Amino acid sequence: MSEFLTLTVIMATIASGIRLATPYLIAALGETVGQRSGVLNLGVDGVMQLSAFFAYWTVLETQNLILGVLAALAVGLIMGLIYAVVTVSFHATQGISGIGIFLFGLGFSDLMFQRQVGTPRPIKQLQEYGIPFLSDIPQVGPALFEHNLLTYAAFLMVPIVAWVMRSTTFGMNVRAVGENPQAADSLGVSVARTRYAAILIGNTMAAIAGAALVLQLGIFQPNLTQGLGFIAIALVYFGAWRPVGVMGGALLYGLVNATVLQWKAQGIIPRSASDIAAMAPAVLTIIALVVLAGRVRPPSALTRPFTRH
Amino acid sequence: MTPPPPQTGPPLLEMRGITKRFPGVIANQDVDFDVRAGEVHTLLGENGAGKSTLMKILFGLYQPEEGEVLLRGEPIDITSPSEAIDARVGMVHQHFMLVPTMTVAENVALGIKSDRGPLTDLDAVSERIREISEAHGLAVDPDVEVWRLSVGERQRIEIVKALFRDAELLVLDEPTAVLTPQEVDDLFVILRRMTEEGRGIIFISHKLHEVMALSDRITVLRNGRVTGHTVPAETSRENLAEMMVGRAVKLSPHRPDVTPGAPRLKIRGLSVVGDRGTRAVDQVDLDVFGGEILGIAGVSGNGQRELAEVVAGLRKPEPGTSIELDGQAIDSASTRERRDLGLSYVPEERMRDGAIGDFTVSENIILVDHGSEKFSASGLLNFGAIKDHCNKLVEQFAVKTPSIETPTSSLSGGNIQKVIMARELSAGPAVLIASQPTRGVDIGSAEYIHERLVEQRDRGTATLLISEDLDEVLGLSDRIAVMFEGRVVAIVDHDDATREGIGLLMAGVFDEEPATT
Repeated sequence: MSEFLTLTVIMATIASGIRLATPYLIAALGETVGQRSGVLNLGVDGVMQLSAFFAYWTVLETQNLILGVLAALAVGLIMGLIYAVVTVSFHATQGISGIGIFLFGLGFSDLMFQRQVGTPRPIKQLQEYGIPFLSDIPQVGPALFEHNLLTYAAFLMVPIVAWVMRSTTFGMNVRAVGENPQAADSLGVSVARTRYAAILIGNTMAAIAGAALVLQLGIFQPNLTQGLGFIAIALVYFGAWRPVGVMGGALLYGLVNATVLQWKAQGIIPRSASDIAAMAPAVLTIIALVVLAGRVRPPSALTRPFTRH
Repeated sequence: MTPPPPQTGPPLLEMRGITKRFPGVIANQDVDFDVRAGEVHTLLGENGAGKSTLMKILFGLYQPEEGEVLLRGEPIDITSPSEAIDARVGMVHQHFMLVPTMTVAENVALGIKSDRGPLTDLDAVSERIREISEAHGLAVDPDVEVWRLSVGERQRIEIVKALFRDAELLVLDEPTAVLTPQEVDDLFVILRRMTEEGRGIIFISHKLHEVMALSDRITVLRNGRVTGHTVPAETSRENLAEMMVGRAVKLSPHRPDVTPGAPRLKIRGLSVVGDRGTRAVDQVDLDVFGGEILGIAGVSGNGQRELAEVVAGLRKPEPGTSIELDGQAIDSASTRERRDLGLSYVPEERMRDGAIGDFTVSENIILVDHGSEKFSASGLLNFGAIKDHCNKLVEQFAVKTPSIETPTSSLSGGNIQKVIMARELSAGPAVLIASQPTRGVDIGSAEYIHERLVEQRDRGTATLLISEDLDEVLGLSDRIAVMFEGRVVAIVDHDDATREGIGLLMAGVFDEEPATT
């Protein structure tokens, strides 16, 4: 194997890793905002499934990718609103409510798919655009600077979310409400309104993640995400509730995934071991979480409903 | 301190005929209360007397069923904290309302409209904080994260928060509970400066000497009603206590002379790492003799809690620590083995470590020895024996409960503490660790608990008393050990101890060579 070829393979793997990281990154960034406000949403995966289906179905019917993303957004908003009403207004336990949202999304997307589509048919995929000049850099250019718009958006969201959390009054309210809601309340910050906003942001981002997943693949099948949303939640812990950390986790996950796929294709991993190798990213996440356990501290009010007395 | 000249015109605040009911309880019944500009008006009462409810109504957290609130002579309907803040009412809560992970400036800016729209304007906020701290003598650095600050500093931030919102009426709910005597003096100077500017202050406390020192007027609440108005010149601590409780109260228990026996608890080189990962207790040596109460004084967070937990067996000490109970090494013994050797423990967090709220009174009483032959055979509980034992203890310790089958969490704090005391003392312990035994407990129960502690001492128990209430430590202890930053910096005999002397030691003011007697 010539050196040139190896470099090409590595670059292709990196490009594919970045593409695979996209849905994880978008969903995990959204969940970061939600968790910083003190709300854990275990329903991310369900929201992704359902929004992925509606994005798929819309594109299937209209051939319009933008309408597909908008359909996913609408699903995210509705699911977010339901989750916010249940957990913020009615103070329901977040863990169980989130599992409910997950199961609803999983089941309803399956049902809708069976009734409305039946057999999987491919749709238009997201197109890749090279960034002028940068994508012309040999080897590195195509790997780093030739992606679809949602991938660019995902990585652009990292500094944006970090900046919103640090430098805006909204971000400050979110942090305060997630650490000490009583204090925020005593200063006239509406805990409920802040958490509603954070939940809606989290859910719409989960929805966009679902759309990104299905529009990158160009096809839908029941249980499309295969637990991707849960990994995204783990990445929030992995990234210690910081957008840059979350990005690191998503990239690591995407790259390990891409490497396993690449090695499988090249036959480096024998066919018989391919299922075990497919677990590698998940095992890696668990190891990382165990190593990190106790070193980072979650928002103090995470999972705790707020009442005044 | 001279009271400010009397004001004309309407008072700053008037609360008239306030009534607030909760299911089964009347928290406030026809309460009248007013504050004039430039005065400190103290609201005095026991836990559950209705002080907090009244202040929560003022701050918009509760709505009264009857009565009205007037600010500067105008009726006002306050339905949320932000409306109270807009009406220039500020509150320093007993449990600080701060976000530890955020900076001082962020904490102060929280909830305030920024001049830069959706963006924060922390530079301007920091600037204004510096102005306020200079003008009022409140030393505060706006750029530090709150978790790094001491309790006294955190309280100053709370006051800065209120001043930043230009509060004209300031409510301080038990502000001195966690301060050293010197910090209390500093606080009072700050508060006096604020009244001189024409602000009105509502001071909530149950520490009688502080109430006497600071107040212009005093209103006493009991069971939700106003039971008296007075001014410091016309009353005394004993008098105030009587107004609070409704009967004469002994403020410090009688301590008969007892000749201490042999050391029953012997601690050598005790060090332990705290929750923050730093050394919480550093090389502590202590002897507690039979028939004595050794009080530990110190500002909260100087290692007292960790010390108690190590002796009780709930926290693992560092190697090199030796603890002996009646000559037996217990530093690696389990909690069960320690209890069998005669150790009893009244923990600081009584609802977390001391009792199970959902359990009945009797279940909590037998919690540590339900497996003994007294109460069970072959793993089956002997309900007859348990009932007799619990009924006897409930009567002996004057626990006010409808029955021994009542869930413990439905009792008052004082009665829950009596249940725990009954359990821990009924075994006739060799060594007793009592952490914050009367915190949040009504005066009547506290008086009772103090008597029992002294009685146990007279019977030869070695008691390690840990308390943030300096009066309690001074009143009960035969010797007082002062802890500062994890070390015992001095041990003072009861007769040589003064509030001021102990207070200075608690604040870390001592000669480098620790004085031991």
